[in-house]
Amino acid sequence: MKKGTPLAIIITLLTFALVAIGTLWPNSTAVYWSGGENLLRASSTPQAAVENLGDQIRLRHYGAAYSSLANKAEFTEQDFIYDLRGSHLSLRTFATLASFEVSPLHATADTAVVAMRLHWSTVVGGFEHTRVLHLVRNGNRWQVDWPLVKEKHVPPQVIPVNYLRWDVIYRGPGDDWGVQDVESPHVRIVDMHPVNRAAGAVVMGELLNEDVVPAFVSVRASLLAKDGSTIASATSFDMISHTLLPKQVTPFRIQFPNVDLSQVGSIRMTPLAVLVSASADPIVEVDNQKFNPAPGQSSLTGQLSNQSGQIVNVAHVLSTFYDQNGQVIWVAGQYVSRALLPQTPVPFRVPVPEDLAKEIKSERTIVATYSVGNHL
Amino acid sequence: MSPPQRVAAGSAFSISTTGSGQAVLYIVGPGQALRRNVQLGEAVSFPAGVLFHAGRYLVILAGPSTHTREMDVTPADQPHSLSFLAKPSRLPVGLQNGISGTAYVFDAYRNLVTTPLPVSFALSDQGGGASQTQTVTTRNGVAWTRMNSAAKEGSAKFVAQTNGVSGTRVIEEVPGSPCGLTMHATAAAGDKVDLQTTPVRDCAGNAVPDGTIVTFTETYKGEQSTADVPIKKGIAQVVMPAHIGARISVASGVVAGNEIRWGGR
Repeated sequence: MKKGTPLAIIITLLTFALVAIGTLWPNSTAVYWSGGENLLRASSTPQAAVENLGDQIRLRHYGAAYSSLANKAEFTEQDFIYDLRGSHLSLRTFATLASFEVSPLHATADTAVVAMRLHWSTVVGGFEHTRVLHLVRNGNRWQVDWPLVKEKHVPPQVIPVNYLRWDVIYRGPGDDWGVQDVESPHVRIVDMHPVNRAAGAVVMGELLNEDVVPAFVSVRASLLAKDGSTIASATSFDMISHTLLPKQVTPFRIQFPNVDLSQVGSIRMTPLAVLVSASADPIVEVDNQKFNPAPGQSSLTGQLSNQSGQIVNVAHVLSTFYDQNGQVIWVAGQYVSRALLPQTPVPFRVPVPEDLAKEIKSERTIVATYSVGNHL
Repeated sequence: MSPPQRVAAGSAFSISTTGSGQAVLYIVGPGQALRRNVQLGEAVSFPAGVLFHAGRYLVILAGPSTHTREMDVTPADQPHSLSFLAKPSRLPVGLQNGISGTAYVFDAYRNLVTTPLPVSFALSDQGGGASQTQTVTTRNGVAWTRMNSAAKEGSAKFVAQTNGVSGTRVIEEVPGSPCGLTMHATAAAGDKVDLQTTPVRDCAGNAVPDGTIVTFTETYKGEQSTADVPIKKGIAQVVMPAHIGARISVASGVVAGNEIRWGGR
């Protein structure tokens, strides 16, 4: 008997067994998807009605979810979908409702108020938002009055854009080896601070583009033991604003899980910079930033305002926190789930570790942006 | 056989042989190997251009008996071309020893000319004005130097020259960090304040290029608003919410500008 035959037989038998189990005792969602009995229970209580709505949203059955609403005459199904998924391409468009929590707040015989906390998941992490839902009883079933949040409409207009743009022409294959190529941008780490956290070591700091051309940047940190051997090496990944315009400063944060700084003899920092085409547009203003040190909800809140005419599909807020000596003590980031429409403020909230909150004296926030169709 | 001890690259030479009969002559060295059927007792001639890679060669005469000799092929004394590396191609003005130039001198067959030769390096600004000149003697075919970048921005011409051959590179000398960054504020419509910098220049007076980011920060009652604005036509400008008593500051990179307190006008 050839090697691997027993394994193949076992795998085949296991497959048949699992298919049989799934057929005889199917998951309720699978039954629903295969056209079997209805997934939802009767909306005989406010809790059940909200849970049914949550399940329909999770399964992306927006038509059915919309039909179940008590106040559907006040807005269209499209408005309802836009409220959940955004009217423009954004993180919400690709988000999946991972779970939701229902908390009854108030109830009478015919009305109820329930808080529904929705947990969305995306490729860059999760985000949450809470809706306070009013429910009304129609006969023996409860229905939700959906509190529609309509996105502000940007009126048709022409917005001239005359911000600077950079294009790059590189050396070609026909050029002599001694011929100059375009020089890589000069970047410099202006601040670096390693700390021990519960999950491991963290190296954070700030990087400056001290050149007059845009740079695509990243930072790599290598932790070296006292004998010079490398313990671990990692990059900033998305905890950095990768495109830096001239004289722009970005924070960075590099994580080393399960590494203690007591093992580390030295840290080698390698900033990487590549000359890229770039545009100074869009400009995003960060308004009304306020640090809230309250225990249990330490965070930096504020609003983003897109000053250009281009829609920012994905915005990543990066905040640097300083102590009273001006030293970086934490770098935090948060993706904004909604697209940034021109001249339309969008709130953000960046959570901060509780134990650092009391040391924070000042902060600085930048926004890394991505717009569909903008290859710069 | 009697090969010459030393031959200039690419030059003609001959190797005399003694004895009689047929033999095979091999010349083996870096980058080249030659083979000739020879008649012993006659001189073997190699015309110009046949042996051109500089280095130590082994000359082997394989006949009734085998003889081995060594021969050096040396680079020509006269340079034919020059490879010039100038770094960086872009740097800020006023940087001491910020520009490095390295010249490699080659003969017609791309051998490094190891004879010491004087190489002159000259760095001049765009208009052919102020210039720096240095003459450095090559060592093993290489000469290098360092020079300061000019105080004024522009494209500088960096030339390395020796014995009639030269190489030219263009160095972009760009303005340094903003210096004396100053802004002023005026009331704008709709409870806003219009913030505008004076023309942004570096410490040598060169205009900082458009696109350079200037950060405006407004702090009011514990809340802060910031805007990263690129310089356009020499100035940075932004409109921010107006709050009486707000502190507004400006910065670019690691350079801080002035701070004003908004009083309403």
